[in-house]
Amino acid sequence: MARLPVKKTYKLFIGGAFPRSESGRTYEAEGQNVARASRKDARDAVRAARAAFPKWAAMTAYNRGQVLYRTAEMVEARTAEFAELCSGRDEVERSVDRVVWYAGWADKFAQVIGSSNPVAGPYFNFTVPEPTGVVATLAPDEPPLLGLVTRIAPALTGGNAVVVVASETHPLAAIELAEALATSDVPGGVVNILTGHREELAPWLAAHMDVNAIDLAGADGSAPDLERAAADNVKRVVRGRADAQSPWEIAAFVELKTVWHPVGR
Amino acid sequence: MTDLEHTSDSALVPKDWTYAPAPEARDIVTLAERYGHFVGGEWIDAAETYTTISPATEEPLAEVGQATPAEVEQAVTAARAAFDDGWSSVSPSERAKYLFRIARVLQERAREFAVLESLNGGKPIKESRDVDLPLAAAHFFYYAGWADKLEYAFPNQRPRPIGVAGQIIPWNFPLLMLAWKIAPALAAGNTVVLKPAETTPLTALLFCDVLRQAELPPGVVNIVTGDGSTGAAIVTAGGVDKIAFTGSTEVGKAIQRELAGTGKKLTLELGGKAANIIFDDAALDQAVEGIVNGIYFNQGHVCCAGSRLLVQESIYEPVVDKLKRRLATLRVGDPLDKNSDVGAINSKQQLEKIRELVAAGEEEGAEIYQAPCRLPEKGYWFAPTVFTNVAQSYRIAQEEIFGPVLSILTFRTPDEAVEKANNTPYGLSAGVWTEKGSRILWMAERLRAGVVWANTYNRFDPSSPFGGYKESGFGREGGRHGLEPYLQLDESEAFGG
Repeated sequence: MARLPVKKTYKLFIGGAFPRSESGRTYEAEGQNVARASRKDARDAVRAARAAFPKWAAMTAYNRGQVLYRTAEMVEARTAEFAELCSGRDEVERSVDRVVWYAGWADKFAQVIGSSNPVAGPYFNFTVPEPTGVVATLAPDEPPLLGLVTRIAPALTGGNAVVVVASETHPLAAIELAEALATSDVPGGVVNILTGHREELAPWLAAHMDVNAIDLAGADGSAPDLERAAADNVKRVVRGRADAQSPWEIAAFVELKTVWHPVGR
Repeated sequence: MTDLEHTSDSALVPKDWTYAPAPEARDIVTLAERYGHFVGGEWIDAAETYTTISPATEEPLAEVGQATPAEVEQAVTAARAAFDDGWSSVSPSERAKYLFRIARVLQERAREFAVLESLNGGKPIKESRDVDLPLAAAHFFYYAGWADKLEYAFPNQRPRPIGVAGQIIPWNFPLLMLAWKIAPALAAGNTVVLKPAETTPLTALLFCDVLRQAELPPGVVNIVTGDGSTGAAIVTAGGVDKIAFTGSTEVGKAIQRELAGTGKKLTLELGGKAANIIFDDAALDQAVEGIVNGIYFNQGHVCCAGSRLLVQESIYEPVVDKLKRRLATLRVGDPLDKNSDVGAINSKQQLEKIRELVAAGEEEGAEIYQAPCRLPEKGYWFAPTVFTNVAQSYRIAQEEIFGPVLSILTFRTPDEAVEKANNTPYGLSAGVWTEKGSRILWMAERLRAGVVWANTYNRFDPSSPFGGYKESGFGREGGRHGLEPYLQLDESEAFGG
């Protein structure tokens, strides 16, 4: 008799742990029962992201680059599994290469985005990019893996913590990615992944007062309502594309801080 | 004034600090009785008008237009036509030369503008003369030079103009905010519809004459005046591609909601409740000057004003003593007097808001100190005020007062200072005073604010990006970064479009 395989339970990824939804609900996607996160799960994810943010933001850029590179290694090692959950090997390889590309930006984008400012007076003045804070990301449905990686890689490179609402129709690649992240060196809470019904979760994240930016890549027709809700705390609204790669993608998730100091003997 | 006396330190100082009046001549400004809107390079009659006054005397200065949605639409149409008919195809180096011309004319007519700014807005002439006007001209000069260098500022991004920019500016730095808005917009190749604040329209209207002298093509800059309803008409006008707003967080949120789903670009420069943090090793006399400049500059009508003073506990008493002594020497009075340090509150409405919050501070249990000074009988005035014994939860420690009112709190450790400073929904600016260099940078890294002034405060420069974190808004004005909101760029999905 053939051996019966041990099947995976698909769970959420919050604060570095894999809880079920507190609501006890699941829904079926891609032939599997997947956790259907609730509003309370979303709140827990934001709290985990906020708690993880300071350490991630304060990490040296070199170190953050290495941690991101390590995640590329972890995804590469699972190429076969990921290929089953997206359009195939090519999408996995492009995703890995994209993470490697952003990993290399971690200790460079400040030199491209920041500036030293020649003010008309005896002051030293410079402008540096800093992470916005907690970013809510609505992952695009297609491509399942590359779309998600495209959206979170620049936010993470910028030093932000993210709360992702995975594609409702293709959540398995997101859960697989959570498992890869959990075995990398990304601190728990820096990436949180919720599966479930987007229309149930997105409005709460858009209106959440402790979320600093929202990426509407996977928002579809609900974008105007989400943008309206985002105004409650002047959120940065990013209309992200599913396939893009540039340092300006990082720039969308940073604030610019200008520091002045007098010059004198 | 010639009587001198020996003090205990045997230094010679005047017996009292009264100054003879030194009013700036007002006749350099010629006002029309009535102004319309500046649309398509011409003045159009305003269907409705209101009276703009001097807040220092309540004297009426002129009738100005209250633009209706139809008049706003006319201005937007003129701006669109100017964009389509030629401005967008004027060569960048020629565009630069128009901006250089505007900068030069502003320098030439600086005194006239400074007097009018103080007359209509109530700010002391020495500030409009030494800060507002030089900086406004400098902004045009700075962005002029960018107009034909955009490819170097945004490599691989194919920078191109957006179209028509709708710009709504506040009453605290009327001409300077106009310059912050118009200079980068034109440098990037856009055309503009700008609305000055309801209470301070006159320098924007006089600026139209600068445009005439600079021979800027008609319709490139259009100015409509009016209250918030005019601003709302600009925000909702279909032909406007980008909105830039400076003002209250409340209105900023309403604009962000209004523009949801339209795809229009937006930048917001909103309120603040900045912490000015004094460590025990700071140069105290300089710090006290910085505190005064931080909160009493422009009557505290400054979004980045250092309105929360955080003093390290060990130096609380000497700082408060020195501050109170310094307050007594501030000269409050006629904005046109060259000796005035603090002028008039900009409007009756603003004065009422300040009074309300100050009353709330007293009710909640804070201790009030006001500098002994005689305030003029007519006009809108408020004495420089300090609150001690302030808890973080008090309204005067939470809400933006936008007046000459300082709330003093204390801290023990650098960590506590950071936590208190960041304990606000705002994040526009912060000040740090310490002689320890490593601590300055440590603090600067942790303060969640767009501008950090270390051992100085309230410094501005066209090359220096300015703007907020959190609910203080998004987007930057000044520097290379200030161009970005006015450009379409490849591969840029930054917030606001």
